[in-house]
Amino acid sequence: MSTPAQESAVTRRLQSVKHIILVLSGKGGVGKSSVTAQLALSLYASSPTARVGVLDVDLTGPSIPRMFGVDDQGVHQSTSGWVPVYADGAGARLACMSVGFLLKKKGDSVVWRGPKKNGMIRQFLSDVRWGDLDYLVIDTPPGTSDEHLSLMEHLAGMHERLSAVIVTTPQAVALMDVMKCLSFTRAVNLPVLGLVENMSGYACPCCGVVHNVFSTGGGEEMAKKEEIGFLGSLPVDTELVSLLDGGPTSQTEFALLEAYKKTPSAKLFENIVTGVVEKLT
Amino acid sequence: MDPKSIPSNAPEHCPGTESDLAGKSDACAGCANQDVCASGAPKAPDPSIPLITSRMSTVKHKILVLSGKGGVGKSTFTSQLAWAFAADEDLQTVHASSSGWSPVYVQDNLGVMSVGFMLPSSKDAVMWRGPKKNGLISQFLKDVDWGDLDYLLVDTPPGTSDEHLTVVQYLKDSGIDGAVLITTPQEVALQDVRREIDFCRKVGIKIIGLVENMSGFVCPNCKTESQIFKPSTGGGKRLAEDTNIEFLGSVPLDPRIGKSADYGISFLDEYPDSPATQAYLDIIDRIKEIVDKS
Repeated sequence: MSTPAQESAVTRRLQSVKHIILVLSGKGGVGKSSVTAQLALSLYASSPTARVGVLDVDLTGPSIPRMFGVDDQGVHQSTSGWVPVYADGAGARLACMSVGFLLKKKGDSVVWRGPKKNGMIRQFLSDVRWGDLDYLVIDTPPGTSDEHLSLMEHLAGMHERLSAVIVTTPQAVALMDVMKCLSFTRAVNLPVLGLVENMSGYACPCCGVVHNVFSTGGGEEMAKKEEIGFLGSLPVDTELVSLLDGGPTSQTEFALLEAYKKTPSAKLFENIVTGVVEKLT
Repeated sequence: MDPKSIPSNAPEHCPGTESDLAGKSDACAGCANQDVCASGAPKAPDPSIPLITSRMSTVKHKILVLSGKGGVGKSTFTSQLAWAFAADEDLQTVHASSSGWSPVYVQDNLGVMSVGFMLPSSKDAVMWRGPKKNGLISQFLKDVDWGDLDYLLVDTPPGTSDEHLTVVQYLKDSGIDGAVLITTPQEVALQDVRREIDFCRKVGIKIIGLVENMSGFVCPNCKTESQIFKPSTGGGKRLAEDTNIEFLGSVPLDPRIGKSADYGISFLDEYPDSPATQAYLDIIDRIKEIVDKS
């Protein structure tokens, strides 16, 4: 549908982006956005010079602004395009872009059909001043529809830099949707870095007994069967939930990252990031 | 950027996607969206609406289950609500005839229709853009032999996009009783529910009420309740008060709910002693009361 001139606008803009990672899941609410946030924070912390971008293409339910504690901010226009919101403030190494930054009121609904979503996604890719990035992590809505097809279409010129991380929870209903998601990646020839099993067990804060709220282990089994990498499992971490849910934080010190490093999940996520980086190089 | 009906990538004199001239005006030449606009897919009135309205004339109540965020329990709630409604033996009848697709009957007064029944294998992905999804939704409403129904529950995907607009558009003439909104207690979910409330008000759908799911987890070992998803901004109850909608109740997290959904059984029948069952039943009674009154 897009003309070659528009394609090259995306390609030109993303020329200075080394890796583009799509975070996918078949089912909603399995933790795509929280895995995106953790992936971005961990990649950011992996080297003092790492530059990371986060693009939220969940257009009707953007959660990235809240999760990075920047939901009180807006996007500015500059001569070279939209300036993303930097979650690390003056450091300017963690750039975020989301529809959430463009809304007048937080509660405004974005009631858009496919063609409009497609246009917005193209703008996010071609009109945002991403600058030099080591990683661009893209958070997607659940499913395999307009947003996903649009992304693949607009990023076709950068195909060799694309890869995906799939997030699931352990229960059968979610795993069924993972299969659909895998069929999608195969149909569009998108390399899968691996599967993350989220909400795998919950430790009662009172007695410490671990409960498998949404069952457990299903993700690893499936990864084995489908011959995709298994990046790791993350139990429910209430500290992380509160942190990512907490709202605006101080960006001068990048308090979010400091607080994140103290959560139990941060430790587990190190292994996941190692797995991701290994596959990318 | 006008959020109403002009795409952000539209040419200067775009007539707007909802306009009669969409895809046909001079300005449309060369626009990436021209084909979609010209095909008329996103526009009302659709010729299938009268057919849907006649098919729906034997359906007493139509309820949408909505939520902004994914994974908050829409499908689980929809199925429990259906099981509970169907448990009333004198409700719903099966109308056996051969006019169209027949729903899959889980029990003799509970029919289900889903795209899942049409896939060659459960692994297949449905990679469809909006217009195709709209087409199937219209078929679900118009070509499925629903027969006489007391309740038609419509489970929706998260968000406020094609599926939602289409369902609302197609059912508007037949009359939608209202929408039940589902949320979980944390702010990230409530944010999305605010958007859903805004959506309902924009398109004129009555909100039956808000259900808070996964609120609190009772440890089967020590019986202490803890909050997995902390209501950092007051949870669903506060949101309901702030936005002036009815709070239908909260359902605690019980791992057996998810298991029941995995095995396709009615949680309410299997575990009548769970606190979640009581919460569900109270909410369901209230929904019934509201819907029957209207």
